[in-house]
Amino acid sequence: MTVTASKSHYQSEEFARRLRGRYAAERNFKIAGIAALALASMMLVVLLTSIVSKGYTAFQQAQVRLEVTLDKAMVEERNYTAILRQALYAQFPQITDRTGKRTLNELLSSGAPYELEALVKQNPAIVGTTQTVWVRADDEVDQFVKGNFPRTAPESERRLNDAKIAAIDAMTAKGTLVQAFNTTLFSAGDSREAEQAGIWGAIVGSMLTLMVTMLLSVPIGVAAAVYLEEFAPKNKWTDLIEVNINNLAAVPSIIFGLLGLAVFLGFFGLPRSAPLVGGLVMALMTLPVIIISARVALKSVPPSIREAALGIGASPLQTVTHHVLPLAMPGILTGTIIGMARALGETAPLLMIGMVAFIVDIPHGLTDSATVLPVQIYMWADSPERAFTERTSAAIMILLGFLILMNGLAVFLRKKFERRW
Amino acid sequence: MSVQTQIHTKPQAAARTAPAVPNKMVARDVKVFYGAKQALKGINVEIQENKVLALIGPSGCGKSTFLRCLNRMNDTIENCRVEGLIALDGEDIYGKGIDAVQLRARVGMVFQKPNPFPKSIYDNIAYGPRIHGMATGREELDEVVEKSLQRAGLWNEVKDRLREPGTGLSGGQQQRLCIARAIAVSPEVILMDEPCSALDPIATAHIEELIDELRENFTIVIVTHNMQQAARVSQKTAFFHLGDMVECDDTEEIFTNPRDERTQGYITGRYG
Ligand SMILES: Nc1ncnc2c1ncn2[C@@H]1O[C@H](COP(=O)(O)OP(=O)(O)O)[C@@H](O)[C@H]1O
Ligand SMILES: [Mg+2]
Repeated sequence: MTVTASKSHYQSEEFARRLRGRYAAERNFKIAGIAALALASMMLVVLLTSIVSKGYTAFQQAQVRLEVTLDKAMVEERNYTAILRQALYAQFPQITDRTGKRTLNELLSSGAPYELEALVKQNPAIVGTTQTVWVRADDEVDQFVKGNFPRTAPESERRLNDAKIAAIDAMTAKGTLVQAFNTTLFSAGDSREAEQAGIWGAIVGSMLTLMVTMLLSVPIGVAAAVYLEEFAPKNKWTDLIEVNINNLAAVPSIIFGLLGLAVFLGFFGLPRSAPLVGGLVMALMTLPVIIISARVALKSVPPSIREAALGIGASPLQTVTHHVLPLAMPGILTGTIIGMARALGETAPLLMIGMVAFIVDIPHGLTDSATVLPVQIYMWADSPERAFTERTSAAIMILLGFLILMNGLAVFLRKKFERRW
Repeated sequence: MSVQTQIHTKPQAAARTAPAVPNKMVARDVKVFYGAKQALKGINVEIQENKVLALIGPSGCGKSTFLRCLNRMNDTIENCRVEGLIALDGEDIYGKGIDAVQLRARVGMVFQKPNPFPKSIYDNIAYGPRIHGMATGREELDEVVEKSLQRAGLWNEVKDRLREPGTGLSGGQQQRLCIARAIAVSPEVILMDEPCSALDPIATAHIEELIDELRENFTIVIVTHNMQQAARVSQKTAFFHLGDMVECDDTEEIFTNPRDERTQGYITGRYG
């Protein structure tokens, strides 16, 4: 650029300086944005890595292969423990003393006899024969095999003595002790023994609770939003209601738990720890979220659509049900799913209504005692055993999986049904 | 049931009819308040059957407000209050016996910005007849859709894509779709609030032609900012100013020989 004597403002040195300043500001803003994004991603990566690295081993569980002879008399006495032990001792003919045998006994999960019993119940024809079965190993064995208990420590400080380690090594070498996919984690309820503990009970509890939450909060929430947005007169009463709904959305969830305790358990006498009550409490908690998001969705439908429908003689209700509501549906769905995802991850209010109990059985109905995924995580995180630590992380991974699934569904639905005017 | 016969079998307006042409609608001393603010200060207008009445005047003078009184669209605005008498075929439309929802089927409306439903072209037209039970069965409905689109001069352009979304049409086509949608419910009066203000000149010319054709079967009230347009399409013109109806006369009369100097000022472009 040639600088002439009659420089205009836009060609002056002063202007060039301003321009440089503007570019610098834009560059800095961009850098700050990228830095923030990088920081956030890093934290996410750290979180996920820590959870996954701790938890992925929980999807495997040490199993012991045994050649069990299902003696008829012993089966009738339901002495499965003895059957299993016989089979185990047979693998170690050199061990004959009581201490040695006790060490061997400890290799098997205390749930192993029940596994065998279930097998026999399923197929009674195998009684009297010799069968190859796989049963769960004890969680300490499992953790040792996974390398979580160092073998270099002096014996007195180790959880497993030399004899046990020798037995484990021998079985591993023979191929009678292997790692296999941990189906128990996905099919069992809670247990004191880590190797027998699963999250299926918590998943079913969560599903039952969410079902109640959804069936209550979605119709009520959408109806309330439609009324407030489309029909209610704007006066101080509706203003008051609006302020209260917004406040309710910000109320700490534990307050809803206390309310549920007082009203549903105390006044109505509903059972403790029940998904029904959990769902009711969650519905109260989710309701404001759904009402607010549904109102936003309804507001975003252009008024011209309402005018068009009214203008050809549609009644206000027809206008809403035929035009406004269908157009607001994607937004309402998104809000609902996000509300449900929040309810799925909620713990505090459920603690108040007794869903924090130790429950072994898979719930079968809305009034059965149950727990939910996040509460299960909370309880496992409290257990000192190493095996529960990894199961805690595994349960977190599964909960995150569900949340990602739900949020993904919300995004998908929004993209699929979103309309442009 | 044709619109034509429907109109002619209607009882004639009872009161205050001009001798030659019957009044389809009559407004007497219409006052409108938005809360405490008065938007119309006593409007008296006769709307004659099968004629086009143009409402002109500077922005904010109450043309839209008046138009929306004629089919009670103002009912949907909170704190809007209407006083005075508006009669359709001699019957007070704000009276007890009149249902606002049904009235809007008889007095249709076309808006400033084309507002087709985000549905197919077919469904846009068919919606009104469906909710009013005007067509039983598929074939009858097809017929209504075709006839309405033909009357709106849109049939040839869209007949092969009736299932495509109405929002995919061009602006002018969308506005004609909206007119077709209004026609489909066989209204007696069609109100148009600046129907061409969002359209290009060619689309505008199209709509103007259409209005002239529609006049045969419908009574039309159109708000426009465009003086030439008012002169071209209307037989009667009413000039509004600051909530008053200054004068209402034959269009030719208003444009060649305005009585009020405010009218003169406006049409000669001295303000507006
Ligand atoms: N919904 C409303 N609420 C309050 N005031 C309104 C509303 N609609 C119109 N007005 C007021 O009424 C007056 C007339 O408006 P309008 O009928 O839209 O004028 P025009 O269509 O002639 O431009 C204006 O002063 C406007 O501000
Ligand atoms: Mg206007």
